[in-house]
Order: sequence, then C-alpha cells, then structure tokens
Amino acid sequence: MSNYFFEVVRPGINTTFQDKGRFHMQHLGVTPGGCMDLDSFSIANALVGNSLNEGTLEFAYQGPLLKLIKGKTKIAITGNVFFQIIRPDKEILNGECNRTYVLNEGDQIDILATKKSVYGYMALQGGFNIKAFCKSVSVLSRAEIGPNEGKKIKINDKINIKTGSNDRKNFLTNVPEKNKKVIRVLKGSQYDYFSKESQKEFFSKEYKISNLTDRMGMRLEGTVLKNIISTNIRSEGITKGAIQVPADGQPIILLTDYPTIGGYPKIANVTSVDYNLLIQKIPGEKIFFELIKLREAEQLYKEHLNSISEIIKNIKEIN
Amino acid sequence: MFKKLNNIGDCGIICDFGEEVNREINTSVIKLFHHIKKEVLSGNLKGILNYTPSYNKLIINFDLEEINSSKIINFLESVDFSKLNLSQNRKNWTIPVCYDFEMDLENMSKTLKIDKDEIINTHLNTDFFVYMIGFIPGHPFMGDLDSKLFLNRLKTPRVKIPPGSVGIVEKFCNIYPYESPGGWNIIGRTPTKLFNKENETNPCLLSPGDSVKFKSISKEEFKKLSNE
Repeated sequence: MSNYFFEVVRPGINTTFQDKGRFHMQHLGVTPGGCMDLDSFSIANALVGNSLNEGTLEFAYQGPLLKLIKGKTKIAITGNVFFQIIRPDKEILNGECNRTYVLNEGDQIDILATKKSVYGYMALQGGFNIKAFCKSVSVLSRAEIGPNEGKKIKINDKINIKTGSNDRKNFLTNVPEKNKKVIRVLKGSQYDYFSKESQKEFFSKEYKISNLTDRMGMRLEGTVLKNIISTNIRSEGITKGAIQVPADGQPIILLTDYPTIGGYPKIANVTSVDYNLLIQKIPGEKIFFELIKLREAEQLYKEHLNSISEIIKNIKEIN
Repeated sequence: MFKKLNNIGDCGIICDFGEEVNREINTSVIKLFHHIKKEVLSGNLKGILNYTPSYNKLIINFDLEEINSSKIINFLESVDFSKLNLSQNRKNWTIPVCYDFEMDLENMSKTLKIDKDEIINTHLNTDFFVYMIGFIPGHPFMGDLDSKLFLNRLKTPRVKIPPGSVGIVEKFCNIYPYESPGGWNIIGRTPTKLFNKENETNPCLLSPGDSVKFKSISKEEFKKLSNE
C-alpha cells in the first residue's frame, strides 16, 4: 500500500465509491446497488489498466474537486463530463473524457459538470485504497453500507490511493455518443392489471422524467395509467428497471439502488440494453417506451456487450 | 411447488406459488430459496446474482452476460420439491423486547377492546415465522399473530421511528432495524441488532424461514443489553 492520497476540496453533489455491486444479499434486504452506468464504469477501469470491477468514484451532475497531496497517479474520466486539470503553476488543462492523465503532487482535478447526462466515473490506476463490505466497495448511503462509512464523500475527506505509478504513458479510446428517446421494455409481471387503453397509451404517449429522480428511482410524468384490478399487490422481490405504477397512475422506474421488495403493480421492465441510456437522461427529458420480446432483448444485449468490448479493445496509446 | 414461472425483464425470473399467503406456501418458497442458494454458493449454478423470497414468490436475478432465462427455467423445472429440506437451515431465536417503549398500545387497546397486558401476552406467546426480509437491510416480516390482534396501518405514518421498534399490522410483526418512517403499530423496542455491519460473514441476524419468540425485558435490562 502507498501513502499517496487526494484531499477533497469540493465533494460534488452525490459522489460515492462504486463497483459492479454487492450480490447474494437481496434476501437479507440489501440491494445490489453498484455503478449506475456499467459501460462508462467499465471503460474507465479499462483505460487505466484495472480489472473491470475495481472501485471507482461515481459522481452526478457536479463532480468533486480533488487535490493530489502526495504521490503520483494516472486517472481516467468517463461519461460526458466537463473537467479541468489544474497544475501547481496554475496552468489549466481542459480535460477530455475517455483518455488517461498522469497526475503529479499538487495537481488538482476539477470535475465541473456532466454534460446533458447525469453520471460520470473517475478510475485510478491500481484503484482506491478502500475497504470492501461483503465483497463490494459500492456505497449504499441509505443504509450506510460500504467504504467511507457508507457515506458520500465530503469536504476535507482523505482519499487513499492503493499503489503508486511511474507509468507515464497515456491511453485513449473513442466512445460513440448515444442519444435516443425510445426505451425498449418487456412486459411487467402485472401488465394485465392495466386497462387495454392504458396499455396502448403507455407505448404511444411520451413520458417526462421528473426532478424526483435519484439512484433509487425515476419518477415519470405523463398519461395517467388506469389499473383495473388492484393498485396494491403482495410484496414481491424487485428487479432493476421495473416500472411500477402506484395508485396515482404515474410510473416510477426502479433504478440501481432499488428497494429489495415492493408492493406496486409493474407494467413493464426496462431492457438491459437500454438501461444505461435511461439513467443518463436528465430531468425534463422526454422518453417513449417500445415493447419488445425477450429473445430480441437478449440478442440486443449481446450486441451491446460486443460493442463495449470493441471500445475496450480499441484503447490506444497516445503518441 | 410453484404454479408458474415468468420472466421479469431480461435478467429476472419470478416463481409464482399462487395467490394465497400462509406458512405452508411460504415454506415451499423458502425451501426453493435455500436450494438455489446452496447450488449458487457451491458453484453448481453460475451467473445468479440474487434470490429473493417473499410471501408467495421467489425472484431470481441473474447476469445476462453469463446465463439467460431459459437455462434458469430448465433448472427450476428439474427441481424435485419432495427432496427439499428446510429443517436443517432453520434457526430458532429468542428476541428480548421492552414493552415500556410502546407508542400505540393505548389506542390499540381501545380499538381492539382488549387490555394492554393481553395484547402483550398474546405477542409473547406467538411462535413467529420469518416470511421474508426486505425493503431495507435486516427488516423482517414475521407471522402469524392471533386474529384478535389484527389492526391496519396507522392512518398517518410516523416520520421517525427509533431503531429496534417492534410493530404489528394485520397478522404480521416487524422490527425496524434503522431509524425510519413507518406506519406500523409500535408495541415495544428491542436492543438486539438486526443488521450488524461489523459482522461481515453474517451481518443479518434473521433469515427467511427462521422462527422467533419474544421475551419481555425491563427498561434496565434494555439499557444494559443496548450497551453490550
């Protein structure tokens, strides 16, 4: 272990350590959690040569301002993020996503904002020196589980770096931007609870993403869906991307930090292929839902994973 | 035995055991849960991320990169329910509760027309069965209370309930592991930690299928146990 570390000058809005999540514990009430955008998370780790499940810093909207107090390291920022690197001689470098930067003692990394998106990631070569809980370093702040006492990072926190690095080479890759309004879904467990008209409207009318959106869920505003059977069901286990409809008829999409069990009828479930696209959408954006079949969803996800592997394969050294 | 299997999303399966909620059906759910857990943890079933029993359903979450729903459905259809055993996985717990910390006994006594001591004694004499754990870490849903104690949720849920509070609604009893909002009728408080972050191998005290009996303690004992 090194004694290298960053100091948090500004924590940002919602900055937490995240890996792929904490599994085999949902039956104990512990939601898997983990990174919201698995693609950006994986690419960040790949750029700095880490294993693809190494813990990263996830930030939302405004990220942190970190000062490297001791040591040197290499970082990569992914997502669609506006950030700067401030050298000790006050030279300011505008950062590019999806490439690495070597940081030296006294350098500051200022993650100012995500652009037309919500989440971004910062990976560190060799990883952060943080303590796992039940095999994961993901922070679940609601239950105060995970490293940093299960909390978001705050001002003056010390962020320890696992190993030092003398590697001066930088790498980059190209990540195509995706911008599509249509979110593909499968039928939910209680699809038949909704009137024929509501089923039709759900797949033809637009829904607006409301401000009431966080790591746990995304509330939508749009056509009210009419439940013709019962607005409550016996509580049952939840899956990521479940679209539940409480008595007011406005859908709520359950996201990565979902409650482990729930009792509202579910009209649909977001497909794995479109989940990352959905969670990067900002409040006020409008989306449409398209119903597809299971086999198609599986095939599309396979193709999606191949495209991420391609991005990782195409990581090249910068001359 | 489950009545039907359905996919939920492209990385989940729901095993539906029918509409009824009773111990017998929940016991089948939990038998299957223990079987899957064993198969997953021993490495026989790869790609499964979570298995969550509830009253009458079991949800299986998996990694679509490693496995798909048809393979899991094949596995589930081959399970021989007659060979599944629950007793070896089932634990019996005695949980201390101090009824002096009640918040609703007065109102409950009026609504049910039963005096407070009888409510407490009925609660103490019940052998509870842990139907499921969920919503937040360590939070158990236990049954079955005698029907003479059946009550609805509070009309206006409380904003803050202290950790360890023991509540009842209909035939179920719960314990709040964390300070949280809630609408259950609070009859006492336990000093027992339901979810312990310091214990990484076994952070959650109770498991679905366990049985629980409550033991009445005084305020002094509560204080003493809380400091341990």
